[in-house]
Amino acid sequence: MLGQQIVNGVMLGSVYAMVAVALTLSIGVLNFLNFSIPAMFMIGGMATWAFIHAGLPWPLAVAAAMVVVGIASLIVELFTWRWMRGAEKFVPLVSSMAFLILFEHLAIALYGSDLRTVNAGFSQVDLRFGGLVIGIPQLIGLVCSIVLIGCLSLLLNRTKLGRALRTIAEDSDTALLLGVNINRVVPIVFVVAGAFAAFAGVIFALNYRQVHPFMGEVVGLKGISAMIIGGMGNIWGSIVGGLVIGLVEVLAIGYFGADFVDIAVFGLLLLILFLRPTGLFAGMTTARGGI
Amino acid sequence: MSGYLEGILVLLAVNIVYAYGAFLPLAAGQLNIGLAGFAAIGAYSSAYVSNVYGVHPLIAIPIGGVVAALIALVVAVPVLRTRGIYLALATFALGQVVQASLLNMSAVGGAAGYPVTAFIRLPVVVGFAVVVMLLVWLLFTTRFGIAARAVHDDERVADLMGIEVRGFQVAAFALGSLISGIGGGIYAHHFSFIEAQYFNITLSITIVLYVLLGGTQTVFGPLIGAAVFTLLPELLRGSANWRYVVFAAGIIMLMALRPQGLITGGMLRRLFDWRDPFVKSPGAAKERVT
Repeated sequence: MLGQQIVNGVMLGSVYAMVAVALTLSIGVLNFLNFSIPAMFMIGGMATWAFIHAGLPWPLAVAAAMVVVGIASLIVELFTWRWMRGAEKFVPLVSSMAFLILFEHLAIALYGSDLRTVNAGFSQVDLRFGGLVIGIPQLIGLVCSIVLIGCLSLLLNRTKLGRALRTIAEDSDTALLLGVNINRVVPIVFVVAGAFAAFAGVIFALNYRQVHPFMGEVVGLKGISAMIIGGMGNIWGSIVGGLVIGLVEVLAIGYFGADFVDIAVFGLLLLILFLRPTGLFAGMTTARGGI
Repeated sequence: MSGYLEGILVLLAVNIVYAYGAFLPLAAGQLNIGLAGFAAIGAYSSAYVSNVYGVHPLIAIPIGGVVAALIALVVAVPVLRTRGIYLALATFALGQVVQASLLNMSAVGGAAGYPVTAFIRLPVVVGFAVVVMLLVWLLFTTRFGIAARAVHDDERVADLMGIEVRGFQVAAFALGSLISGIGGGIYAHHFSFIEAQYFNITLSITIVLYVLLGGTQTVFGPLIGAAVFTLLPELLRGSANWRYVVFAAGIIMLMALRPQGLITGGMLRRLFDWRDPFVKSPGAAKERVT
């Protein structure tokens, strides 16, 4: 029983980890908490549902949803970064909160606020090890998440683009002086972060088979917690944070009941902020934006 | 007066009280996105004393505020150890924990919600809002306002000037929670029913948006911000589904065109030729440049 719960916790945790990576990328490079990331998660899930509902097969629906998220991320970039450089520091945060409200209510205006069932068209196949049940689609989702996060880590540490991003993370003005084309590089951060969140939304929609205009808030808040627990700006920390939150959530449901989940998860977050405000792993990498 | 208009005015008064609750920490440079938690503490504790001990709402509501402030004082010590974004996130986690705890507290109804027997009418609600507003305005004519502004603009310089930075931060945090708790108490006693689900992160964020949009430079910002952004969505009620879309788009445009908020110190000085104590603050200088 405990083994099964750990499996479920890891599956759920991988979704949180993806959202946490998206958030940590924003905060690590751009130094603001991008509240539109939960909206990208929701758009990923809702758009996948909408395109499947409109008759597309699920792989095409997923691709179309990712395109929608890419466009949405670029719009967010204009209003939270490009046209806001030099504004007071809370401005991007406020604008991104407004984008969360905007996208959620846009989804309601277009599709209503009901819980929608995603009919993906592939059937659930399970692997069985002893007493453990592991869903193959879930396992594929988990593997894809880990591979994507690994690719992102390689991109940041090994490529020219990654070096440019790390320079912006240190100081965007200096990066500009050193010849980094900020207006070309920063949109990539928004699109990549949006794509990670959206991919998590797609996995969520296809695995748990349901979507909702406010699905991003619930998962986004857990993603923020995962990011803090792992240490802001630390990609591998986010994965640990996501898995910790996923496990705590599943174990809290298993042993104390569903009502206890938020107390356990956010209580843990509060405790970690009190004891070690920079998260568990911040000290392991260089300064701020040590990605 | 029609029920609809009365409902709007009550909502406006409650939102104004909440906005001043968010204004105090913001004026001292803290982004508190857990205010809904303190509003919930105020709402539930005032409802509890008026339901169980039969305390009059006029006394029960301030009691709720004081309870919220006391809890804020207790958590202020560890929470205010964190800075900047960590502080915002600690308050966020705190709000979530309060909401989740109330959902599990069977003494106050848990997830089913908590009915409140005592009832206050519109004039009392407005009275509370006016008193809160006047007290904050009075507070900001004293040394407190200047010191809070100094801490907001630059903690280190404020410290050098001999301002007890930590004390002001704790005071702003606790007073903001007190006012939020009073707002929650008013809400509980007018609408006669509270549920923990109402006091969620969206409420906290909306309250902070009112203040940031109205402007944090003067004490009039929260009033204008809460008024505009309570009444504006009502005007758009004809297109019920789209009004929040329009509201959010409005916020984004306002941030793009006027990031310092609707009301600024410089604007008031130009309009009324005021001498205001913040005129020499770096915030005012920055504003002239932008």
